[in-house]
Amino acid sequence: MELLVSTLLSPYNLDVKLYRLFLYLVIIILLAGCSNRGSSAEKTSDQIKIIENKGSDTIVNLALAWAEEYQVVNPTVNLSVTGGGSGTGIAALINGTVDIANASRKIKSEERETALGNGSDPIEFVIARDAIAIIVHLDNPVDHLTLHQISAIYSGAINNWKEVGGEDRPIVRLSRETNSGTHVYFLDEVIRLGEDDNKTLFSQNTLLLPSSEGIGTEIRQNPNAIGYDGLGYVTDDMKVIGVASSADDPFIFPSAESVNSGQYPIARDLYMYTNGEPEGFIKEYLDWILSTDAQKIVTELGFVPIAK
Amino acid sequence: MYQLQNKMISKQKIGINPKIQKRELLITALIKAAGYSAIIFVGMIFLFLLVESIPALREVELSNLLSSRWYPIEDHYGVLPLIGGSLIITVGATLIALPFGVGTAIYLSEIAPRWLRETLKPLVEILGGLPSVVLGFLGMLILSPYLRIWLDLPTGLSALAGSILLGGIAIPTVVSISEDALDAVPKSYRDASLAMGATEWQTIWRVTLPAARSGVLTAVMLGIGRAIGETMTVMMVTGNAPILPTGIKDLFSPVRTMTATIAAEMGEVANSSTHYHILFLIGIILFLISLVVNVTASAVVFRQKKSQERILS
Repeated sequence: MELLVSTLLSPYNLDVKLYRLFLYLVIIILLAGCSNRGSSAEKTSDQIKIIENKGSDTIVNLALAWAEEYQVVNPTVNLSVTGGGSGTGIAALINGTVDIANASRKIKSEERETALGNGSDPIEFVIARDAIAIIVHLDNPVDHLTLHQISAIYSGAINNWKEVGGEDRPIVRLSRETNSGTHVYFLDEVIRLGEDDNKTLFSQNTLLLPSSEGIGTEIRQNPNAIGYDGLGYVTDDMKVIGVASSADDPFIFPSAESVNSGQYPIARDLYMYTNGEPEGFIKEYLDWILSTDAQKIVTELGFVPIAK
Repeated sequence: MYQLQNKMISKQKIGINPKIQKRELLITALIKAAGYSAIIFVGMIFLFLLVESIPALREVELSNLLSSRWYPIEDHYGVLPLIGGSLIITVGATLIALPFGVGTAIYLSEIAPRWLRETLKPLVEILGGLPSVVLGFLGMLILSPYLRIWLDLPTGLSALAGSILLGGIAIPTVVSISEDALDAVPKSYRDASLAMGATEWQTIWRVTLPAARSGVLTAVMLGIGRAIGETMTVMMVTGNAPILPTGIKDLFSPVRTMTATIAAEMGEVANSSTHYHILFLIGIILFLISLVVNVTASAVVFRQKKSQERILS
């Protein structure tokens, strides 16, 4: 900085230096322009195909595993996978910034309307199934809960573990943020028990954590906590609760078998959305995802493959 | 400005090349433009926030806006819990950063030997450069579990955890600026006080600190400004439950701040939906709060300077 000032103020070689500075600037700008043009030219000539894939955090690990495997199957296609939540993915699809949106819920009618208004037409693909596991700390003595009990816990009607057969401890409710598809699904199917006219909300002191990792961290260390998350995110250091649809039904633990047979009550489909009917390399990728090879990865990650 | 004009006049007298004179005029204009641009940018940002947030006031009833329920996906837009959450965390952070920050500054400037001070001050400033997401991780994995165990709370993800971390984030700012202010107090003040028989502590508390008051106050205000705008750390450690805080006991329960709400929800909202406009409204509230903090700080400093000048003259 000092150097610059002194060059500018020295009266003798001021002109020379200024012109030289100007020259450097011009060269830098020209170079920057060149490199930009160069890369874009490369893109079109070498036919590097890029698929932008964004959305549900539930699906992100699965989508990454697929993207990695697809590099082996078809190295000419580059996949960029990011999370952010189902709503984020669909919003990006509507705005045209991604090719494929991942969603752990069906597209909402408002979203579809906005999309149609923007001239895009989201096409839906079911790519895997997922069960939502209810998780607690390993030391929590509670093994089973009915859907009604879980609903009562999350809506704030039950506030102590002893009311559901546990220790005398306050219940700390953990949830994903409202932009998570898992959050919306849990609200509709568990807290509201799937009833359309049920307007129950999450208890106001439900902790809204921005990531699955946040929920896992709290569950591992806090014996007061209850949380829910996709089966793929459950690790050995938390306890999975068996769930029954009603008090008369058996308690079922989530697993590939119980989800595929439809016994486990909190399970859902996972989706990918494209902008209009997919064509070319995007269609090839989606076809590959539905193949047996790709569905094997689904099982490895703790999700449930779609039964053909 | 006056000096510059003076210089230009003197150069004219010597008969300096008019080309150079023109260049100086140009440079002056450029510097002036740079100065004004800050004001213009702030004005434009405010205008943008205003335009984007006004539809929210039209679309959402005031009773909904002032309710205590924030659940935007079901059209509950009560912003009071968010404002309360931000305020309680900021107050908590200030209560931590003020004594620790000013204490450290006093130690560094008045008590520590020169070599220790030369090592400690850069270290404190490095603390200020820690990415807030890293602090958030530490808070989530270490601080909050221990808070839960020590204080027997239902969960450690609480306003307290947020306050402690934000206090930590604000401390380097407070230390750095108040140390500079204390350092600027003339040595003669201290010498006079000690010569009158005051102890070292009396000198610090009654003479040096009051003399550096305006600088220390600026430091604290800047620290508060840093704390109220912090996002990532609070999002990770405060639990984000939109509960309206009503008293000091709520320092131990989870809260949701305005910044965390904007950060968590902005990615999801559809462009120009009611929720989108409400988030901008929250942005403008945040903007106004930090504006009030800054204006209050400079007003206090200004008034103090004036009264000091009066005493000296």
